Amino acid sequence: MTLSDSVFTTDRAALATRLKMILPAHCLLTEDEDLRPYECDGLTAYRELPMAVCLPESEVQVIDVLRTCHQMGVPVVARGAGTGLSGGAMPHAQGVVLSMARFNKILQVDRSARTAVVQPGVRNLAVSEAAAPFGLYYAPDPSSQIACTLGGNVAENSGGVHCLKYGLTVHNVLRVRVVSIEGEVFEIGSAAPDAPGYDLLALIIGSEGMLGVVTEVTVKLVPKPELAQVVMASFDEVARAGDAVAAIIAAGIIPAGLEMMDKPATAAVEPYVKAGYDLDAAAILLCESDGTPEEVAEEISRVTAVLTAAGARDIRVSQSEAERLRFWAGRKAAFPAVGRITPDYYCMDGTIPRKRLAEMLAAIAAMESKYQLRCANVFHAGDGNLHPLIMYDAAKPGEWARAEAFGAEILELSVALGGSITGEHGVGIEKINQMCVQYSAPALDAFRRIKAAFDDKGLLNPGKAIPSLHRCAEYGCMHVHRGDLKFPELERF
Amino acid sequence: MQLDDLLERIKAAHDDHVPLRIRGAGSKDFYGGMLAGEVFDVAPYAGILAYEPTELYITARCGTRLAEIEAELAGKGQMLAFEPPHFGAATLGGCIAAGLSGPRRMAAGGVRDFVLGAKLIDGTGQVLDFGGQVMKNVAGYDVSRLLAGSLGTLGLIAEATLKVLPRPVAEQTLCFDFDAAESIAKLNEWGGRPLPISASFWFANCLYLRLSGAQAAVDAAIRALAQAGGKPIAAVDAAKHWISVREQTHPAFAAATLWRCALPSTAPLSSDDSLQAIEWGGALRWYADAPDGLRSEAAVSGGHAVLYRAAESKRCLDGAFAPLSPALLALHRRLKKSFDPKGILNPGRLYAEF
Ligand SMILES: Cc1cc2nc3c(=O)[nH]c(=O)nc-3n(C[C@H](O)[C@H](O)[C@H](O)COP(=O)(O)OP(=O)(O)OC[C@H]3O[C@@H](n4cnc5c(N)ncnc54)[C@H](O)[C@@H]3O)c2cc1C
Ligand SMILES: Cc1cc2nc3c(=O)[nH]c(=O)nc-3n(C[C@H](O)[C@H](O)[C@H](O)COP(=O)(O)OP(=O)(O)OC[C@H]3O[C@@H](n4cnc5c(N)ncnc54)[C@H](O)[C@@H]3O)c2cc1C
Repeated sequence: MTLSDSVFTTDRAALATRLKMILPAHCLLTEDEDLRPYECDGLTAYRELPMAVCLPESEVQVIDVLRTCHQMGVPVVARGAGTGLSGGAMPHAQGVVLSMARFNKILQVDRSARTAVVQPGVRNLAVSEAAAPFGLYYAPDPSSQIACTLGGNVAENSGGVHCLKYGLTVHNVLRVRVVSIEGEVFEIGSAAPDAPGYDLLALIIGSEGMLGVVTEVTVKLVPKPELAQVVMASFDEVARAGDAVAAIIAAGIIPAGLEMMDKPATAAVEPYVKAGYDLDAAAILLCESDGTPEEVAEEISRVTAVLTAAGARDIRVSQSEAERLRFWAGRKAAFPAVGRITPDYYCMDGTIPRKRLAEMLAAIAAMESKYQLRCANVFHAGDGNLHPLIMYDAAKPGEWARAEAFGAEILELSVALGGSITGEHGVGIEKINQMCVQYSAPALDAFRRIKAAFDDKGLLNPGKAIPSLHRCAEYGCMHVHRGDLKFPELERF
Repeated sequence: MQLDDLLERIKAAHDDHVPLRIRGAGSKDFYGGMLAGEVFDVAPYAGILAYEPTELYITARCGTRLAEIEAELAGKGQMLAFEPPHFGAATLGGCIAAGLSGPRRMAAGGVRDFVLGAKLIDGTGQVLDFGGQVMKNVAGYDVSRLLAGSLGTLGLIAEATLKVLPRPVAEQTLCFDFDAAESIAKLNEWGGRPLPISASFWFANCLYLRLSGAQAAVDAAIRALAQAGGKPIAAVDAAKHWISVREQTHPAFAAATLWRCALPSTAPLSSDDSLQAIEWGGALRWYADAPDGLRSEAAVSGGHAVLYRAAESKRCLDGAFAPLSPALLALHRRLKKSFDPKGILNPGRLYAEF
């Protein structure tokens, strides 16, 4: 995918000269073979070599790099661990990658205030590890948590299995320090429950590295529950499993985790992890309860009753921590397990209202025959966030194009069913065309004006997340609201 | 009232350069900076548009009264978990624009944490839809949450979707004889333990602590907190107490000039006798006729002080809200301009500068 909406012409030699003046040699990469590891993030289908990779070690260096790029009109793409699945950290061919990998210190863990101050390159799981001696942990737990960084989490508003009960990144970050493209430092939010002025924290979180570069994050820590237990239920019909999810919520229960896998997913996973899944079931549900032992016992018995009434064919409750982890192991290993049975897979990320689940899965089954590709489904059932895994072989001509079209159709159906094109992976480069489907032209225009308020030259991560008007017109999905169109006199494609 | 009526009014105001003062129930006229412009009464644009208990959301027009929303939710055993005050006729739009939350905020989150989507009419009269009705949506910037606390300066919130939660099965309030400093210390200690604390309120050397959740969890917490001297309060009295805190009819809020300080929960306590009440696990502290320097003291502690209630002249003179750094102020101005280029919506209500 080319970045036709963001054309820059950078003088590579001049850029290298300027960067050498502000960074020591070990913090700057400019040779093609050194740049290669940065050419893509977790979405490997899209690759681009940047002109330089900067690895700053101090905030002053970040400021200097950004100032330089601002002066020279050079695009900048911030990068955490590069585990993003929407191409958010894919480099710009005319630009610089600003890797925050060396900002890897946990600056403070305050037991009494239940907060931690960390640098953006700190891995998600490392925060919980540092808090563990105090009986605390950091709640958002993306499956990639051993690798992904807090900076990436902030940029993507990452979530995980626990987010139905404990929220997303936006609910668990109190304050960030941000450097603007002009090299100005902003403190947004605070260690208090709110801050004066607009809630800029809400704006920055999930902004995909397009509004500023995060150099420090204060997160909330929460007490570790004394106990967690998981119920595993299997169903003969996917629709029944979907109804069971609704019945749990209707009963007033918000589980700590509520995940679902369909038959192709369990079939891929079981030989790999031997979790003991019911291979004859059309779908299995995993429902976790956490809290005090009394609380968990009460909730598990209520959940079990609801699942029985909802027609589960089999219900098992984990009897030990080892068994709980085994039940989860399959869900957590779903991606690599699917990776073993197909040369390549394409992971989608749409959300839908839960009640449309059966409809969506039936539509995906129809798309499998339409595109002649298989698809396994794992998802965060509690909040309607689907992760269809479309299997393809990049070596076979035409398969990637079919997978891409398959994915786009799933996203567009998500919107039609009342959902969103992304629940947690972000728009990046991957879903930028579908933004034109989800949002009207005036709303997209408002996004562009917000972007301009932070970054008037459009240098931070250009071509990602917020499509240009031109791009939507090319995609043919331009929404015209009340005939209110910018530049109505111009021709459209 | 139709959406078109709202639109037309703003379009006309935009064309004619007439400032508008958006008003829900007007229960908040005492709050914020100066009140300027023609009153634009949006309360008639009311009504619940969608409520899906098993999807955990409710969508309503801005003029819908909170009381109506909460009654609807109660019918399905659900609630607005941030416990906004109704204070008579408060509306959904005003609740989001004011961005203030009640006693459960420390446990459950504030208004902004529950906003899933909004239909906004910007200062040029364009309708903009942000967010939606699903729990997770990270497509585009999160403008719906940005609106919480924006005091109507970015646009008219015509409709909004909020996340709702089940009401807890069991609830019990305990009372402890603690002074302010001891209360803050205990609240921070308990906050680090897995206890189902859903609200706290200190006033006149008494700390009220509300526990909510599964019956078993509440019972276990009562046993755990008995050693600290927690005495249970009768359910009827407890319910009345928390409503008086939520609605600020409690004597702690009686002063004519009232300062609201949001601080890190562990911030040291300045030994000042104008301290009226402490909420939110130590993080929200109320002062009457505060001494000079309260604002800078709050800033040093990592928080901020709002001149919550005072004569309008004093609010305009001192600013109701803590001043922003020059860089942040410039950013605010640019954002305001991007939504309301002619500055016709609630000018000066948040900051005198825009
Ligand atoms: C196997 C697997 C499982 C996953 N599971 C989940 C999951 O359960 N939930 C979920 O939410 N995600 C999941 N992801 C996606 C990914 O891990 C998250 O999006 C993560 O937050 C990305 O973090 P990162 O450090 O790798 O960021 P990167 O990929 O390096 O960057 C992501 C975005 O953040 C920006 N960015 C990075 N650092 C900064 C900074 N300091 N300042 C400003 N912008 C910055 C980049 O420009 C880019 O736009 C998964 C990924 C994989 C590979
Ligand atoms: C003495 C007193 C104490 C109170 N204490 C608290 C408290 O501590 N915490 C608390 O949360 N509430 C408090 N309230 C209740 C307050 O009324 C609520 O916050 C309420 O939600 C405000 O709603 P409203 O409809 O009355 O808003 P209004 O007073 O009409 O408006 C409040 C603000 O929102 C803007 N606004 C209103 N509707 C819209 C809309 N549709 N779009 C954009 N902007 C809009 C207005 O321009 C104004 O800036 C108190 C009220 C009183 C009288």
